[in-house]
Amino acid sequence: MSNLRSLTFDAIIIGGGGSGLRAALELAKSGKKTAVLSKVFPTRSHTVSAQGGITCAIASADPDDDWRWHMYDTVKGGDYIADQDAAEYMCSEGPKAVFELEHMGLPFSRFDNGRIYQRPFGGQSKNFGEGGQAARTCAAADRTGHALLHTLYQNNLKNNTTFLNEWYAVDLVKNASGDVVGCIAMCIETGEVVHVKSKATVLATGGAGRIYASTTNALINTGDGIGMALRAGFPMQDMEMWQFHPTGIYGAGTLVTEGCRGEGGYLVNKDGERFMERYAPNAKDLAGRDVVARSMVMEILEGRGCGEKGDHVFLKLDHLGEEVLGKRLPGIVELSKTFAHVDPAKDPIPVVPTCHYMMGGIPTNIHGQAITQDENGNDHIVNGLFACGEAACVSVHGANRLGGNSLLDLVVFGRAAGMFIEGALNEGIEYLDASESDIEFAMKRITRWNESEEGGESIPELKAQLQDIMQNSFGVFREEKNMQEGVKKLADLRERIGKAHLPDKSNAFNTARVEALELDNLMEVAEATAIAALERKESRGAHSRYDYPDRDDVNWLKHSLFFPATKELKKRDVNFKPKTVDTFEPKVRTY
Amino acid sequence: MSNLQVSVYRYNPETDSAPYMQEFQVDTKGRDLMVLDVLHLMKEQDSGLAYRRSCREGVCGSDGMNMNGKNGLACITPLSDVVKGNKLTLRPLPGLPVIRDMVVDMGLFYKQYERIQPYLQNDTPAPAIERLQSPEERDKLDGLYECILCACCSTSCPSFWWNPDKFVGPAGLLQSYRFLADSRDTATRERLTSLEDPFSVFRCRGIMNCVAVCPKGLNPTRAIGKIREMLLADAT
Repeated sequence: MSNLRSLTFDAIIIGGGGSGLRAALELAKSGKKTAVLSKVFPTRSHTVSAQGGITCAIASADPDDDWRWHMYDTVKGGDYIADQDAAEYMCSEGPKAVFELEHMGLPFSRFDNGRIYQRPFGGQSKNFGEGGQAARTCAAADRTGHALLHTLYQNNLKNNTTFLNEWYAVDLVKNASGDVVGCIAMCIETGEVVHVKSKATVLATGGAGRIYASTTNALINTGDGIGMALRAGFPMQDMEMWQFHPTGIYGAGTLVTEGCRGEGGYLVNKDGERFMERYAPNAKDLAGRDVVARSMVMEILEGRGCGEKGDHVFLKLDHLGEEVLGKRLPGIVELSKTFAHVDPAKDPIPVVPTCHYMMGGIPTNIHGQAITQDENGNDHIVNGLFACGEAACVSVHGANRLGGNSLLDLVVFGRAAGMFIEGALNEGIEYLDASESDIEFAMKRITRWNESEEGGESIPELKAQLQDIMQNSFGVFREEKNMQEGVKKLADLRERIGKAHLPDKSNAFNTARVEALELDNLMEVAEATAIAALERKESRGAHSRYDYPDRDDVNWLKHSLFFPATKELKKRDVNFKPKTVDTFEPKVRTY
Repeated sequence: MSNLQVSVYRYNPETDSAPYMQEFQVDTKGRDLMVLDVLHLMKEQDSGLAYRRSCREGVCGSDGMNMNGKNGLACITPLSDVVKGNKLTLRPLPGLPVIRDMVVDMGLFYKQYERIQPYLQNDTPAPAIERLQSPEERDKLDGLYECILCACCSTSCPSFWWNPDKFVGPAGLLQSYRFLADSRDTATRERLTSLEDPFSVFRCRGIMNCVAVCPKGLNPTRAIGKIREMLLADAT
C-alpha cells in the first residue's frame, strides 16, 4: 500500500482566487465536505490585482442597458469564436452574481442615486453596436479585484470553508477508467506529500502569464492547473490566444487599468498625436485590447515610439485633474509613482503592450465540467474534473477578452460549477478508487525532482530562457519561421528541464521545490501555446500573423484543441446556438 | 562598484539549531532595485533562501518584512528608501514565530482578523438589486477596505507583541471599523459587545507605529479611536 497519508473530500478546489473562492462558497453553503487548496494564502491570489472592474449589465449607469448588448460585445470582442451559449449564460446570469457580491459586502463605488458606479471600458456598446459607447463596468475605485477577492474570502470564513493554505497541488490522480479522483498535493510548510481523494476536483488555478518575460501577471501565475491537466493527457483549447494588455508600465510590466482610458485618458505617440483616432475612428482608445495593442506596436515599429529607444508610448491622464484621479484611479497614481516614477497628474505614464491574460485553457461546458474529444471529433465529459476562471476555456472570451469580463467570468462560472457539483453530489457519485500504480504515476514528477542530481541546469536560468523564447517568438505579432524556431527551442528546453537539478531538497517551506514544480507547468503551457500558434494559420483576435494577416472563417471559425500525447492540434466546433437570443453571425470586426 | 551588502536572517528548522545572519554581496549594477528584486538575486546565489512573494506590485501583501529596522513590503520598497551606507539588513516580521528564513507563521495574525467577524452582516432580506449606499456613506469606507493583510502594522505594534492572543491589533481593528462604518451592516451592537473587554481595543496605546509603516498609507490608529468613541458612546 501507498505510505502516503490521504485526505478525503467531496470536492477539492485547487486555487483560492476569485473563481475558486466563489465555487467554494457555493459548496460550503451546501454543507458538502469541501476544501480549497491554495499555494498562497487566498487573498494573495492574482485576482487581487484586477483593477478596473467587473463588466455586467446591471443597468445602473444606463437604466435601459440590456445583457444582450453585453453578449453582443463579448462575442464580437472574441472575434466570433466565443461560444454563444456560454456568453449568453455569463451575460444573463451576471447581474444576479454581481448583486450577490454587493450583498456580501463588496464596497463598490457609487453614483449619486446610491447605485453601483459603472465606467466605460473598451469594446462596450449600446444597442448591438449601434448606440455608441456604453458604461458597463462596475467598479470599486480601481481596486475592484482586491475588493472582490477579500469579500469572497470573508464570506468563505463566514461559511466555515476548510482551507488548505500554502499547499501545492502536484498532479491529478486518475483511476483505471480515466476518471479524475483527486490529486497529489504537498504542504509547503512541512513538505509532507498527501493523496487528496475527492469526487470532484476543480482546477481554479488561474493563468500562466509567467511564460512571457514581460507580463502584468503575479509571480505565482505559472499555469499549474494547465500543466496538471496536460500531464494527465487532457486537451487544451485556444492556447494560442494570449491577450497583451495595451498598458503595462514600461519596464516593470505592472498593469495600468483600461479604466484610465474609460475615465477619459488616451494614448499618444512621440509627436503627441492621439494615434488611436487613426486606427479606430469610432471607439478610439476604447477599441478592443487586441486592436489597441497592435496599433501601439505599429506606432513603435514605424518610428513614432516615445523615449530614447522609441520603444513605448505614453498614456496621458493629467487633463483628468487630481480630483478624478484621486477618486477614481487612486491605485494607478500610487503604482505609477512607484514603478514609473511619474505623477500622472503632471506627466504621462510610459506604457507598452504586456502579456496579461490567457483566453485559452481547459475546455469546459457552462457547468465547469472538463471536456475532451474522441477520434471522431465528438465531445465527452471528463468524469470528476472541473475547471473555472482563467484556467478554463468555457469559452466566453474567444480570441480576445473584453476588459472587465474576467471578473464576471470568475464569479459566474465559479458559482455555476459549485451549483452543479452540489447537485451531482446529491445525486450520488461513485468512481473506482485509484490503484497503487495510478498514484505512483501522479507522483512521478515530484519524485523526479527529489532524486535530481548535480550537473543539471539551474531552475531560474531555464525559466528565463523559456520566457525569452515565448517573448521573442509568440508575442503580439507572429510569423511562421520565427515560431518554428521557437517550437524547436522549446523541445530542446523540455529535455533540459527533464534533467534540471533541484539543489535544495529540504522539507520546511522549500520554495525552490515549488519553483521547480512550477517550471514544469510553465513548460507545458508554453509548448501548447507555441504549437497552437504555429498551426492556426490565420489572424483572429489576439492571434496576429504577418504571414496570414486575414481572418479565415472558412477554415478557422473554430476552437483549436491541443492534444498533449501526440502534440497535435485539432479543431472543435464553436457554439453558435444561444438558447434565448438569435445567433450573432460573424461580421467584419471594426471599432 | 555597485555591490550591496545584504545581511539576511536565516533559519532552517531541519538543519539549524538557532537562527543566524548571513551576509550576501549583491551586484545591483547601480540600479535602484526594489528590495524584492534583491531577494531574487540572492536566491539565484542560494536557492534555499525562503521568502513569500506573489503580485510584486504591493497589492497582495505577501512580502511584508523588516528592512533596516522598518516593516514594509519588499516589492514596493526601492533600495534608495531604506539603504544606508550601502548596507541592507533583512529580517522577518517581528514578533511572529519563524517557519524558515523570512517566512513567519501568520496564524495569530489571521486569528485576530477572523475574530472580528470580517464580513458584512445584514439581517434584512436582500433586495432584488444591490443595497443602495450614497457616495457619502461609501466614502466612509475609504482608508479602511484597502487593507491587504500584510501584517506590517500589527507586527510593528508593541501592544500586539505583548498580547497577540488578546489584543486584536491594528490590522484586525481597522477591519472591524471597516464593517462598523458600513451603512449596510446591521451588527454594530454585537460587534461592539465583542470588543468591550480591557484588551481587544483598549490595549492600543496610541504609539502609531502602525501608521508609520502601513505600505498602503492607511491609519489604523484613527480607526481604533473611532471604535473607542463608539464603545464609550455605547456605554453611556
